[in-house]
Amino acid sequence: MSEPVSALNGASFQGFATIREIGPLGMITLRAKGLKSLDKAIKAVTGTKVPAQRRIEIKGEHACGWMSPDEYLLLLPYAEVGAALTKIAKALAGEHHLAVDVSDARAVFRIEGDRADQVLRKLMPVDFDRLEPGELRRSRAAQVAAAIWKQDQGFTLVCFRSVAAYVMGLLTHSAQPGSEL
Amino acid sequence: MSTRLARGGRLIDRTAPVEFTFNGKRFRGYQGDTLAAGLLANDQVLVGRSFKYHRPRGIVASGPEEPNALVNLGSGARLEPNQRTTTTELFDGLECTSQNHWPSLEFDVGVVNNYAARFMPAGFYYKTFIHPRPAWKHLFEPFIRRAAGLGKAPTTGDADRYEQAYAFCDVLVIGAGVAGLKAAQAAADKGHRVILLEQQPTLGGRAPVDQAQVDGQPVEAWLSAMESDLAARDNVTIRTRTCGFGVYDHGYVLADERVADHTPGDGRPKHRLWRIRAGRIVSATGAIERPLSFAGNDIPGVMLASAVRDYVVNYAVSPGDRTVIVTNNDSAYQTALTLKAAGLDVPAILDAREAADGALPQAARAAGIRVLTGKAIARVKGTRRVTGVAICAQAGEGAVQEEIACEAVAMSGGWSPVVHLWSHCGGKLLWDETLSAFIPDPARPPLNHDGSAMVECVGAAAGDLDLTGQPVAIPPVWVMPQGAPIQLRSKMWLDYQNDVKVSDVELASREGYVSVEHTKRYTTLGMATDQGKLSNINGLAVLAETLGQEIPQVGTTTFRPPYTPVTIGALAGEARGEIFQPLRKTPMHAAHEKAGAYFEPVGLWRRPYCFPRPGETHEQAVHREVLNTRQNLGLLDASTLGKIIVKGPDAGRFLDMLYTGVMSTLPVGKCRYGLMCNEQGFLIDDGVVARIDEETWLCHTTSGGADRIHAWMEDWLQCEWWDWQVYTANVTEQYAQVAVVGPNARKLLQVLGGMEVSKEALPFMQWADGTLAGFPVRVYRISFSGELSYEIAVPASHGAAFWAACNEAGKALGAMPYGTEALHIMRAEKGFIMIGDETDGTVIPQDLGLDWAISKKKADYLGKRGQERTFLASPDRWKLVGFETLDGSVIPDGAYIIAEGVNANGQRNTQGRVTSTYYSPTLKRGIAMGLLKHGPARMGEVVEFNTAAGGTVKARVRDTVFYDKDGEKQNV
Repeated sequence: MSEPVSALNGASFQGFATIREIGPLGMITLRAKGLKSLDKAIKAVTGTKVPAQRRIEIKGEHACGWMSPDEYLLLLPYAEVGAALTKIAKALAGEHHLAVDVSDARAVFRIEGDRADQVLRKLMPVDFDRLEPGELRRSRAAQVAAAIWKQDQGFTLVCFRSVAAYVMGLLTHSAQPGSEL
Repeated sequence: MSTRLARGGRLIDRTAPVEFTFNGKRFRGYQGDTLAAGLLANDQVLVGRSFKYHRPRGIVASGPEEPNALVNLGSGARLEPNQRTTTTELFDGLECTSQNHWPSLEFDVGVVNNYAARFMPAGFYYKTFIHPRPAWKHLFEPFIRRAAGLGKAPTTGDADRYEQAYAFCDVLVIGAGVAGLKAAQAAADKGHRVILLEQQPTLGGRAPVDQAQVDGQPVEAWLSAMESDLAARDNVTIRTRTCGFGVYDHGYVLADERVADHTPGDGRPKHRLWRIRAGRIVSATGAIERPLSFAGNDIPGVMLASAVRDYVVNYAVSPGDRTVIVTNNDSAYQTALTLKAAGLDVPAILDAREAADGALPQAARAAGIRVLTGKAIARVKGTRRVTGVAICAQAGEGAVQEEIACEAVAMSGGWSPVVHLWSHCGGKLLWDETLSAFIPDPARPPLNHDGSAMVECVGAAAGDLDLTGQPVAIPPVWVMPQGAPIQLRSKMWLDYQNDVKVSDVELASREGYVSVEHTKRYTTLGMATDQGKLSNINGLAVLAETLGQEIPQVGTTTFRPPYTPVTIGALAGEARGEIFQPLRKTPMHAAHEKAGAYFEPVGLWRRPYCFPRPGETHEQAVHREVLNTRQNLGLLDASTLGKIIVKGPDAGRFLDMLYTGVMSTLPVGKCRYGLMCNEQGFLIDDGVVARIDEETWLCHTTSGGADRIHAWMEDWLQCEWWDWQVYTANVTEQYAQVAVVGPNARKLLQVLGGMEVSKEALPFMQWADGTLAGFPVRVYRISFSGELSYEIAVPASHGAAFWAACNEAGKALGAMPYGTEALHIMRAEKGFIMIGDETDGTVIPQDLGLDWAISKKKADYLGKRGQERTFLASPDRWKLVGFETLDGSVIPDGAYIIAEGVNANGQRNTQGRVTSTYYSPTLKRGIAMGLLKHGPARMGEVVEFNTAAGGTVKARVRDTVFYDKDGEKQNV
């Protein structure tokens, strides 16, 4: 069997900020609401607590983001997804939920450097001055849906896999040297 | 002669000379000049021709209100028409050419219009070119457009790049004159996050030219203290060269930053469009001086008095040795004093008022300047430039009392506060009798979401024309002299750019145009690229006078964004070329490109239409792909197919409502074809549903329908059936999907190996999980072609590798990739419908003979009630049948089936239409499906389809399945 390949195979661009496509990253969409065992299920997979509204809880390579009142995004190493789905099924057995692997449906970018925020200020209607650490922002990048959060002196951006090249084009355009805000 | 003065010029750097060309002539200027200042410094007084009469025109103003001095700037891929010289910063190597003349600026044959002006009044085009009707489109309009027109449209792509950016603040101050700077400082003091925008490269507005002192300090000292104070604050962002041009609902403001207009080719974005969300907006946009309406007020050398001051003080440019001032207010006296201080001559100040005894008039008299009150200009002398003025009494009819030789005329008809930003979102205006101007009415501001004032005007924009708070009075002087006869009125320009004169507005009024909006459109007053910044108030005052109404009764035309023209490049931002629009690509996209695929758009996806080989037409490629798939093995990238997981205790019940058929009874491991309708009963999507486990179904949708159907599901779950326990997830992009189709399909899967795919182990309409060639797969035994067929889903990260593996292993089995057109032909040969071909939003499943897919047992499903309405239940509906042309030809796309007689409009009656029509390479003839009235009851009948070329095509009605009617091929 082949190795999993991310949408752009790790493309990168060095402008006034560094753009890197990373991944493949393990991702699980978990839909559930008001379940007794929800915190246990999330803890079992990511080691974090259940995130509050618009927050992301990060612990090393694992994280859990709040996507909507009944949806969470679990991030984990790609190879762990199968086992994680089993853990969730076990923890939430008998309770109404949906957990699906969406690792391959997404593309993930890192935008890094002192001016990384400026790349995104050109593309997203987001008030970056007010973006808090640990805040997960679902918004758009130009014409497509995108989610971002601050992490390790930069930003992580998640979009759909099919538009990865478009988003790479946007980030490249916005990070052109000389176009600092 | 206009020329550069030996000293002064606060904005220019004499140590940094620059060269530029105008109509090929080489000129010199300095860094800090505007292009207009550079032209005047080189005595280029004539800069263009007017739009209609081709009259010589010079520079009137010094800012964005300039109506005349527009040029073609740059060349080739950097050509920009209609660039305002008064706001264009001069740079070394700038090239520009004048506009709107032929063959040259100095000798323009179009000027004949000027001599015929008497015969070309307002509405001339409407009256003259109305008959014969077709002549307008084919003869008159193209000719008039060529003769008129302003700049040249560029013919090549733009070499520059543009971008947009978002910003947020508590207080947005637009305009960094004294009032704006103070407002920004005050807001910053309160701890607000402040953004301050200034359209010019420097801060301070008019103050450095007009004021000696601000708050008791010398103006330059005050300004530099203010600048350093604001610069030191973390909560203040200042953006110069940035024009806030539009105010929209909820504190949304657009601003255009001219990042690199003055440094073309340095790699930076040329413009940046700012999209700002502000808590509160302060409009500190100042005021614009108004021209006076006297005969010949458009002759080059006649300028606004404030502009003359600007050129002298900011750029050390003299408009001429002798400048006559004409005014109705005190501010123009400042110009006289400025000129005098620069060592230039002011032969006279003509003041329309009977008395002028303010501080400035007194200072002018003390400086020895001749002040004549109650006087007006009867007419300006000169053609291509001013040579003198004839003086008359303002109270009279223009009898010349004296002539004065001069090179320039500086005029001031008062000041109009820039109320545009206030008005964009509905702020109302008051007519101020003292200022003779519209000012913002603080009691009726544009409103925010909570009913608070969204915009506040400060400084001159609010009508506070004097920084020290001294009251300013400006009496109305709309025509000069007040009793001017028609000969003079028809030489008084209101709108310089569109050539609208006092006499035109009066004519419009006589012809019944009493509304200011109608007069505007009839005369084109204020409709040019300057949007009437100089002309609107003067024009509506003339209209009011003619109508015998008060000015506020006549009112203003609507102020709409943008305040100044914004280049389309800035509005498009990054959306050009490769990133004009998101292109969705499947994991196999790169492989398709490498294979030379010809792509077609399917929603935002690009899908291979066919894979032409060298020397093949697309049609030949499609036919080869169909035949090869039917005879050997075809491979289709079906990744775009929508895939939605539906799970929960109520999922079966939910799907039974969504689909017309029953999905709750589908056994685990099996597949079933389903139809979805909207509440009206019309068919909106179709696809195969697979039962994954007790609580889970996977719904396939059409490629274009995935997002729409997912949203449709969530809509029902969130808004109507919120208490049903169902979750959905759109996993369309999680999987790459490959259709392996044809007699050799099973052999390929066996070669790949890893799971049992025999007829017994995996019968038709079942699915199984397993591995193929080591890839984790889910195999669906379904067919959209009528052949033995497997659709294989693999995680998208393995999609490209799996596609390559199928192609490689399939070589020995005759495998070829096929595209969407072959897919379409094969499904049509089998009589399968396609959403968007057989459906168009007016078709119900029963029309398509799909009654078998509609459950009779279910109490309800979405669309059931709609389908019971009499019109949809009528036996007279057009229904789906197949067609075979008698001559084997292909029925044209979109053809109608004609019926006897004509309708009320004299059009031929119809009884049906074609929905899918192809040449079938399998059957070697044209095949078609279509809707026909009482279709299924008319088998064997011959009907006629119309064609675009005229004539008809005869076709025999038949069933819709052209190929393998019994389905033996797919069931092996």
